Amino acid sequence: MIEVKNLTKRYGKITAVDNISFSVDTGEVLGFLGPNGAGKSTTMNIITGYISSTSGTVTVDGSEILADPKKTKQKIGYLPEIPPLYTDMTVRKYLEFMFDLKRVRLPKKEHIAEIMRLVSLDKHGDRIIKNLSKGFRQRVGFAQALLGNPPVIILDEPTVGLDPKQIIEIRRLIKSLGKKHTVIFSSHVLSEISATCDRIIIISDGKIVADAKADELQSVLSGEQRLSLTVEGNPTQITEELEKIPDVLKVKKTGGSGYSVEYRQGADVRREAFSAMERINAPILEMKSGNESLEELYLRLTENAKGGER
Amino acid sequence: MAAIYKRELSGYFNSAIAYVVLAVFFFFSGFFFYAYCFVGDTTSLSYVFANMFYIIMFIIPVLTMKTFAEEKRQKTDQALLTSPVSLTEIVLGKFLGAFTVYGLCCVIFLLYGVVISFFAQPQWSVVLCTLLGILLLGASMIAINIFISSLTESMVVAAVVGMAAGLVIDTMGYFISIIPVPWISAALEKINFLNYYTNFTYGILSVVDVVFYLSVTGLFLFFTVRALERRRWS
Repeated sequence: MIEVKNLTKRYGKITAVDNISFSVDTGEVLGFLGPNGAGKSTTMNIITGYISSTSGTVTVDGSEILADPKKTKQKIGYLPEIPPLYTDMTVRKYLEFMFDLKRVRLPKKEHIAEIMRLVSLDKHGDRIIKNLSKGFRQRVGFAQALLGNPPVIILDEPTVGLDPKQIIEIRRLIKSLGKKHTVIFSSHVLSEISATCDRIIIISDGKIVADAKADELQSVLSGEQRLSLTVEGNPTQITEELEKIPDVLKVKKTGGSGYSVEYRQGADVRREAFSAMERINAPILEMKSGNESLEELYLRLTENAKGGER
Repeated sequence: MAAIYKRELSGYFNSAIAYVVLAVFFFFSGFFFYAYCFVGDTTSLSYVFANMFYIIMFIIPVLTMKTFAEEKRQKTDQALLTSPVSLTEIVLGKFLGAFTVYGLCCVIFLLYGVVISFFAQPQWSVVLCTLLGILLLGASMIAINIFISSLTESMVVAAVVGMAAGLVIDTMGYFISIIPVPWISAALEKINFLNYYTNFTYGILSVVDVVFYLSVTGLFLFFTVRALERRRWS
C-alpha cells in the first residue's frame, strides 16, 4: 500500500531523514516510534506531500506523490502533530470545508454526521473550535483525517496532551481503523505503540534502527532468548530439571527463588518448563519471557544510534 | 478553489476584519466625496478617486496580511497543502476572497453616482471607468500583498511591509524625479503604478493601463505560487 524508498531530507547541513526505506501492507497498523526530533514528523510530512524529500520516492497505492500529487493526496488522510484547525469556524462548518477541499464524493451531510459520531463529536457540531479543549480539538483533527474514508491514514502523535481516558478512546479508534484502512501513527510513548500496532519501526536520528512485528520485536533484537522464573523448591533439583529441557542453553540462579533460563532463538520452552516443575512438585510463582523490557530495548537502540557523537 | 474561496470569505466576515475594512473605506471615501463634490460643488468624482489610493494603501495589507502568514503560523497550511488541490488553486481562492471584500468596498462609488444624480447629471461613463480602474489597481495591490504574506509567518510583518510597499508605490513619482540618470528614471516611469491609474480617473479607458494592472496581478500571484513551492523544497 505504501512504499517508501531511500528517503532522504536535508535542511542545509542537517540531515533530518537519512536514506530510509520501508513498506506498509494494506490493512496494517504501523507504529512509528522514536525520540523527539528523530525524523518521524519529517517522514510523515514527506509521505503526505506537505514537504518534498531531498531524494527518494514515496508511492501510495501505486501513485507517486511527486508525479501525481492530486491523486495521491486523495488517498491519504493526515492528522499532523498540531491539528490544522481554523479556530474561527464551528466544528461542522470546518468539516464541511475540509469535505469540499478534499473533493469527497459521498453524500455530504450523512458522511460528516457519520464521522462525527465515530469520534464522538456529534453533540458538539455547532461549537466554535477555539472554545474547544485540546482533547476535542484533537478529535476534530481526527475527523478531518477520516473524511472521505481514505485508504491510508497517517497520524502524527495523536495522543499527545490528552488525558488517560481520551488516550484509551483514541487507541481504540486507531485499532478499529486498522480493519478498513492502512494506518501509520507515530509516538514517542512505547507502551502505546506496542498496544496498538501490528508492526513497529523504531527511528532514531533519521535512521531506521529496528523494524519488526510488535510481538517479535524483543526476540528479534535480543539474540538468544531468556525466561525468568520464580519457583518455590529445592534449587539444585530445579536447576537440573530445567537444564534437561532440550532447547535450554543455560540456567542461572538470580537470587531468592528466581531463575533465569537462556534458550535457543525461535524456541519456546514455557510449556516444558511448566511440566518439568510440575513433575518435581515445585510451584511456579511467576514466569516472564524476555530479558529486556521493551522500554530498555528502545532506549538501548536509540542510544546506540547516537553512539557516534557521544 | 471554490472551497478555499468560501472559507476565505467566511474568515473575513466571521472576524472583525471585513467590517473594519468596509467601515474605514466607506468613511474616508464618503469624506472625500463630501469634501470634493459637495463643498467643492462638482459632479466629477475624479478627485475622490485620485485620493482613494491613500486608503487602499492601508486597507489592502490589513485584508491580506493573514492569507498565508497566519496559515503558516497556525499550521493550517498543512491541511491545504496535503489536500488534493494545486497551489495555483489555493492562491487564486485566497486572492478572489480578498478581492471580493475589496469589491464590496468599491461598490459604494455607484451609490455616490446615484447621490449626484439627485442634483445634476453624473457622467456615468467616467464613474464606471474609474470604478474599473480602482478595481484593477486593487487587484494588483492585493496580489502584491498576498505575495508579501506568503514570505513571512507574522501577519504584523506582512501588514507593515505591505504598507511600506504601498508608500513606495505612492512616492515613486518623487523618487523618479530626483534620479539624475535619464534611462533609469525612464525605465522606472514605465512601472510607476499611479501613472496607469490617472487615466481611469479622467474617464479614459486604455488597453495599456488595463494590461498593466492585469499583468502585475498575474505576476505576483505567480510569485506567490513559487514562494509556496520553494518553502516545500527548502
